[in-house]
Amino acid sequence: MNTPAFLMFLGIVFVTLIITYYASKKTKNASEFYTAGGGLTGWQNGMAIAGDYMSAASFLGIAGAVALTGFDGFFYSIGFLVAYLVVLYLVAEPLRNLGKYTFADMIAARFDAKRIRGFAAMNTIAISIFYMIAQLVGAGALIKLLLGLDYTTSVLIVGVLMTVYVIFGGMHATSWVQIIKAILLMGGTFLISIIVLAKFNWSITDMFDQMRTATPLKESFLNPGVKYKIGLDTISLNMGLVLGTAGLPHILVRFFTVKDAKTARSSVVYATWIIGIFYVMTIFLGFGAAAFVGNSEIVAANPAGNMAAPLLAKAVGGDMMFAFISAVAFATILAVVAGLVLTAASAFAHDFYNEILRKGKATEKQQVSMARWAAIGVSIISIILALGAQTLNVAFLVSLAFAVAASANLPVIIYTIYWKRFNTTGAIWAMVVGLISAVGLVLISPNVFSPEAGKAIFVGNPIFPYTTPGIVSIPLGFIAGYLGTIFSSQKSDVKKFEEVLVKSNTGIGI
Amino acid sequence: MEAQKTNNISESDYTSIAHSAAFQKLLSEKKKFIIPITIFFFCFYFALPILTSYTSILNHKFIGSITWAWVFAFLQFVMTWGLCMLYSKKAAKFDKLADEVIHEGGKNE
Repeated sequence: MNTPAFLMFLGIVFVTLIITYYASKKTKNASEFYTAGGGLTGWQNGMAIAGDYMSAASFLGIAGAVALTGFDGFFYSIGFLVAYLVVLYLVAEPLRNLGKYTFADMIAARFDAKRIRGFAAMNTIAISIFYMIAQLVGAGALIKLLLGLDYTTSVLIVGVLMTVYVIFGGMHATSWVQIIKAILLMGGTFLISIIVLAKFNWSITDMFDQMRTATPLKESFLNPGVKYKIGLDTISLNMGLVLGTAGLPHILVRFFTVKDAKTARSSVVYATWIIGIFYVMTIFLGFGAAAFVGNSEIVAANPAGNMAAPLLAKAVGGDMMFAFISAVAFATILAVVAGLVLTAASAFAHDFYNEILRKGKATEKQQVSMARWAAIGVSIISIILALGAQTLNVAFLVSLAFAVAASANLPVIIYTIYWKRFNTTGAIWAMVVGLISAVGLVLISPNVFSPEAGKAIFVGNPIFPYTTPGIVSIPLGFIAGYLGTIFSSQKSDVKKFEEVLVKSNTGIGI
Repeated sequence: MEAQKTNNISESDYTSIAHSAAFQKLLSEKKKFIIPITIFFFCFYFALPILTSYTSILNHKFIGSITWAWVFAFLQFVMTWGLCMLYSKKAAKFDKLADEVIHEGGKNE
C-alpha cells in the first residue's frame, strides 16, 4: 500500500466529513436540502459548477485520450468547454427564472401536466444513474490500483461517502465538496503542467517538436484522425459534447443554488474560465504522459489510458506527487457522484413524491425525509449496478448520458422557453423519442457489439456504425417535439406562454 | 404558481406586460444579439470537426510542429471566453431594459 496516498485519501475523507457536519446544521428544510437555500454567490457556484462538471472522465479520461490518441483526445476538451456557450446564451437565465428545485420544475412552469413532470424526472434519474455507474466503476478501479483495496470495497467506500454527504449535508455539503475539489484539481493540474512545461524547456514549440517523435504514432499524433476515422462519427461525438451539457440535470440544478438570473449568469462566466483553463492544461497532461511515461506503460496500467495522469505525476514528481494527484482524482470522483446522487434524489422526492403523489402538499419535514430516503435508494441501486459492471468498459456511459441529455432534455428546454406553439404532446414525444433513440442506438453501436471478442460487451457486428448516437438521436428529439406539437389537436395556451416569456426574461414572479 | 400568489401578478398582468412596448423592446434587443451569436459559435465550433474529417488543410504547419488544427482548437477556447465576456457586457444592458419592464408592470396594476 502506498502510505502517502493512503494518508491523503484519509485527509480528504476527514475534511469532507467536517464540511458535511457543518452543512447538516444548515440543512433544515427542503429549500436548504435541494438548493442550499439559493444562497451561493456567483464565484462559489462557478467553482461548484466546475467541480461538478470536471469528472474523473475529464481528468483521467481526457489526459489518457490525449496521451494515446493525440489531437482526437482533445476534441473532448473543446466540446466540453464550448458547451458552456449554449448554457450561457440559451439556458441558464430562463432556467433560473422559471425553476425552483429541479429541471422538471422549469417544464412544469409552462405545462402543468403530471405526465410531463414524471417523464422529466425519469430522464433525470436515468441520466444521473448512467453517469454515476461510469464514475463508480472508475473509482473502484482507481482505488484498487492506488491503495490495493479490492474493487467491491473501493466502490462501497465511495458509495457510502457520497450517501453520507447528501443525506446529512444536502446541497450545502455537495456544493462545498465540489468547490474544494475544484481548487484541488486546478492546483494539482497546474503543478503538473508547470513541471511538464519546464521539462520541455519552457517552450510550447519545443513540446510540439518533441511530440512528433515521442510516441509510436509519430507525426500523426499531432494530426486529427487517429481515433475518429469516420467523418460523421466525429461530428456525432462533437454534437453530443456541445449540446449535452445544457441538458445535464446535475449541471442544471446548480443554477437553482443562486438567488437570481444575474448571479446564475456570473456563475457560468466563472465556471467557463475555470473549466477552460483546466481543459487547456489537459494538453500538458496528455503530452507529458505520452512523452515521460510512454505509451506502453500507460496502456499496461489501463488499456483506456485512465492512469495516464497519476503515472505522469509519479514520473515527474515522485511518490508524493503521485499520492497527491491520486487523492485529487479521489476528491474529483466524490464531488461528482455526490452531485449526481443529490440530483437523482431531488427528482424522486420533489417531482415524483411531493408534486405528483402528494400534489405539492407534503410538509417540509416529509419532503426532506423523503429526499434522504431517495438518496439512499439511488445510491444503493448505483452501487449494485457498478459492482455488476466491474469488467465492462463503461466509459461510453458518460457519452450516453450526454447523448440522452442532448436528445431528450435539450429539445424540451429550448421549445419550452422559445416556442409559442409547443404543447404537452410535443414535450412528451421529444422526451420519449430522445431517450429511446439515444439508448437504443447505443445498444446496437460499436460500444456494445464488436466483431473482436473482448473489445465490447457482446461479440457481433454493430448495426449502428457510430460510437455516439448524437447525430441521429438529437435531431430525432427535436423533430419529435415539433411533430408531436403539430399533429396534436391541442391548442397552444398563448397566455401561459406569455407568462413564461415574461418570467424567463425579467425574473418577475420568482 | 406559488410565485403568483406571493406577488399578486395574475395571468392578465403577464399578458399586458408581454404586449407592453418596454417588454417588446427587451425581447427584440435580446433576439438581435443572441440569435446571430449563437449561429456564429455553432458554425465556428462545427467547422473544426468538419475540416479535420473531410480535408487535411488544418494539418499544415503554423509555427514549428504546431499545426493549424491546434491553432483552431485553441481559438475555440479564445472564442468561448470572448463570447462569455461579451454576453456579460450585453446582459447588463438587458438588465436595465428588464428593470424598465418591471417598473412599468408595477404602474399598470
